[in-house]
Amino acid sequence: MRSLSAPAKNTWCPGCGNFAILSAIKPALNALEEEGLDLDRVVVVSGIGCHAKIADYLNVNSFYSIHGRVLPVATGIKLANPDLTVIGFAGDGDCYAEGLDHLIFAAKRNVDITLIVHNNRVYGLTTGQYTPTSPYGFKGRSTPGGTVERPLNPLEIVLSSGGSFLGRGYSHGIELLKTLFRQAILHKGFAFLDVLQVCATFYNMYNYYNQRVYELKDHDASSYSAALKKIREWDYNSEAQIALGLFYQRVLPTYEQSFSHLSPLVSPEREEAIRSTLESYI
Amino acid sequence: MMKVIEGSHAVAHAVMCCRPDVISAYPITPQTHIVEHLSQLVADGKLNTEFLTVDSEFSALSSLVGASVVGARCYSSTTSQGLALMWEVLYNSSGLRLPLVMTVANRALGAPLNIWNDQQDSVGARDSGWIQLYAENVQEAVDMTPQAYKIAEDPDILLPVMVCMDGFILTHVYEPVYLLEQDKVDSYLPPYRPAVVLDTANPKTFGAFVDPSKFTEYRYMQWDAQIRAKQKIVDAALDFQKIFGRYYGGLIDTYHAEDAEIMIVTMGSVIGTIRDCIDSMRAEGIKVGLTKIRSYRPFPAEALQKALKDASVIAVIEKDTTVGNQSALLTDLKAALYNSKLRMPVLGFTAGLGGRDITVTDIRKMVEISSRAKDGVAESDYQFLDLKKELL
Ligand SMILES: Cc1ncc(C[n+]2csc(CCOP(=O)(O)OP(=O)(O)O)c2C)c(N)n1
Ligand code: SF4
Ligand SMILES: [Mg+2]
Repeated sequence: MRSLSAPAKNTWCPGCGNFAILSAIKPALNALEEEGLDLDRVVVVSGIGCHAKIADYLNVNSFYSIHGRVLPVATGIKLANPDLTVIGFAGDGDCYAEGLDHLIFAAKRNVDITLIVHNNRVYGLTTGQYTPTSPYGFKGRSTPGGTVERPLNPLEIVLSSGGSFLGRGYSHGIELLKTLFRQAILHKGFAFLDVLQVCATFYNMYNYYNQRVYELKDHDASSYSAALKKIREWDYNSEAQIALGLFYQRVLPTYEQSFSHLSPLVSPEREEAIRSTLESYI
Repeated sequence: MMKVIEGSHAVAHAVMCCRPDVISAYPITPQTHIVEHLSQLVADGKLNTEFLTVDSEFSALSSLVGASVVGARCYSSTTSQGLALMWEVLYNSSGLRLPLVMTVANRALGAPLNIWNDQQDSVGARDSGWIQLYAENVQEAVDMTPQAYKIAEDPDILLPVMVCMDGFILTHVYEPVYLLEQDKVDSYLPPYRPAVVLDTANPKTFGAFVDPSKFTEYRYMQWDAQIRAKQKIVDAALDFQKIFGRYYGGLIDTYHAEDAEIMIVTMGSVIGTIRDCIDSMRAEGIKVGLTKIRSYRPFPAEALQKALKDASVIAVIEKDTTVGNQSALLTDLKAALYNSKLRMPVLGFTAGLGGRDITVTDIRKMVEISSRAKDGVAESDYQFLDLKKELL
């Protein structure tokens, strides 16, 4: 089993939820390696932010994209080389603000990649401003009087955009993260995981989440309406229980399959027959 | 009032004194403290403005386009990747002749990813139609802010203005700064009262389609407004001096230029080091002087021809390059000299990229190389200073 630890010095703050994501992705990948996954064919794509440093700490191929562009880069990598396993790690600012349009289109297209969003509900690296998932009234560095916007619910966006795999994890719960990461990577199509990753320095939500999270049980993940109901249970703003786990999964054709040279529409024999017919007229 | 204050906070205070109606921005290092401080001023009730914390730089500038066409005085700030993301809106807003003001906290553009200072970001936007002013120190960045509005909103000009200040070096430094007095700013900068706005009582269309029969004329009028802005920039600096008593030159400024054989031409915060360096080289009898660019766009061609006419050699130092050609200020300057009678050698140095310090030793080295060129020793006329060959 290959060590997935890279030598780069870790600069995340003590208590940061990013450690849990790092600690869960390593065994998840190692377990898949035991089952035959070639780790040299895994590519990690990160955004710009604290989360992005995961590319430095994981001993696999990686690509630092510019802020907001994890998904288009990951899509390009997957399309150009469909044999690769592509895993994106994005921030909430990265993916729900600057690059939100890409999230909608990745779900709509059902590209066969995994996206793990480190949703700490702040811009961590730029030191604590509000993001699209910060709650109403959030007092961050750019909103000292409290934000006047309500947060968006990323799971609801992905579901309504045609997402084929949706889950939520929490950085205080490595076992569940390991399971979700594994399921997401194995899913054929766009796998989306929103991870409530606590930013210990700028938005410490451990107590808040600990009192409210629960794991989904007896939930029918094949049912769109059951998924929507669970997704709407908590809107990232109001008082509610917060469900964790797999909300929804279904099998749909992936984007790559729509490219004829990746899954030919016309058989080579037929193409040859057409060509020789045409040539007979030259 | 003089205060020891962080550069970003001093600029935010200056923006407050200009009484903007709408501010829109997205956080990015090293601009963040400017807008955070503005949001604090709003929260404290000291600044009555509509502050939008948007989802991207593209949204930031686009929302100001909307606010400006209804007659609001607008402000934003960004840098580097953020400025690059605004690209389409830079051209859009200047073509629409909207007098926006934006502070650019100059930073390198990736890849490779880097958060430190150079001026590639704003220099790369030199053709976007925005007026570009470069500050030497925090005080000048502060004082340029009301000047920028005065130039931008002049009914004869109506063009957006970037106030460029070196990231970290000026945004994060604590310096003694004279903060602007509100009553003086009010007498310097009248309220913005545009003649043409979106108005339901008198409907108009902004941003309409223009076919080939008129497009050139619109572009020409924009070009012509920048050329005419040269005088307004000079006037804005002089008017400012009358009220505040501080002056930094108009389009350019000079230091020990009178009898300078070797003339350094540059812009931004490196000038502080260069002034010190000139003092010590002058003491050694080296005839070196400085021409500082305050306005890079419009480009002060005539002022430069005048300031440089007696120099034997010119050394252009700048924190950018034009990949595929030489650097930007260098080629602009050479173009300004070609049809004049001036034929001294002009040398270009790209230095200080991605936050590398430009030290006194570096400046002396560039002066030495230029001095040899003055004496006819042919050397490369453009170079990246102090390349680490072992990394190439
Ligand atoms: C176009 C652009 N705008 C702004 C930035 C500055 N920036 C760097 S990281 C970041 C936010 C990071 O927040 P998030 O994506 O939530 O990641 P976190 O640091 O919280 O992990 C921003 C705004 C940038 N790099 N590029
Ligand atoms: S700032 Fe927050 S998200 Fe960034 S490393 Fe520190 S705790 Fe983690
Ligand atoms: Mg974040």
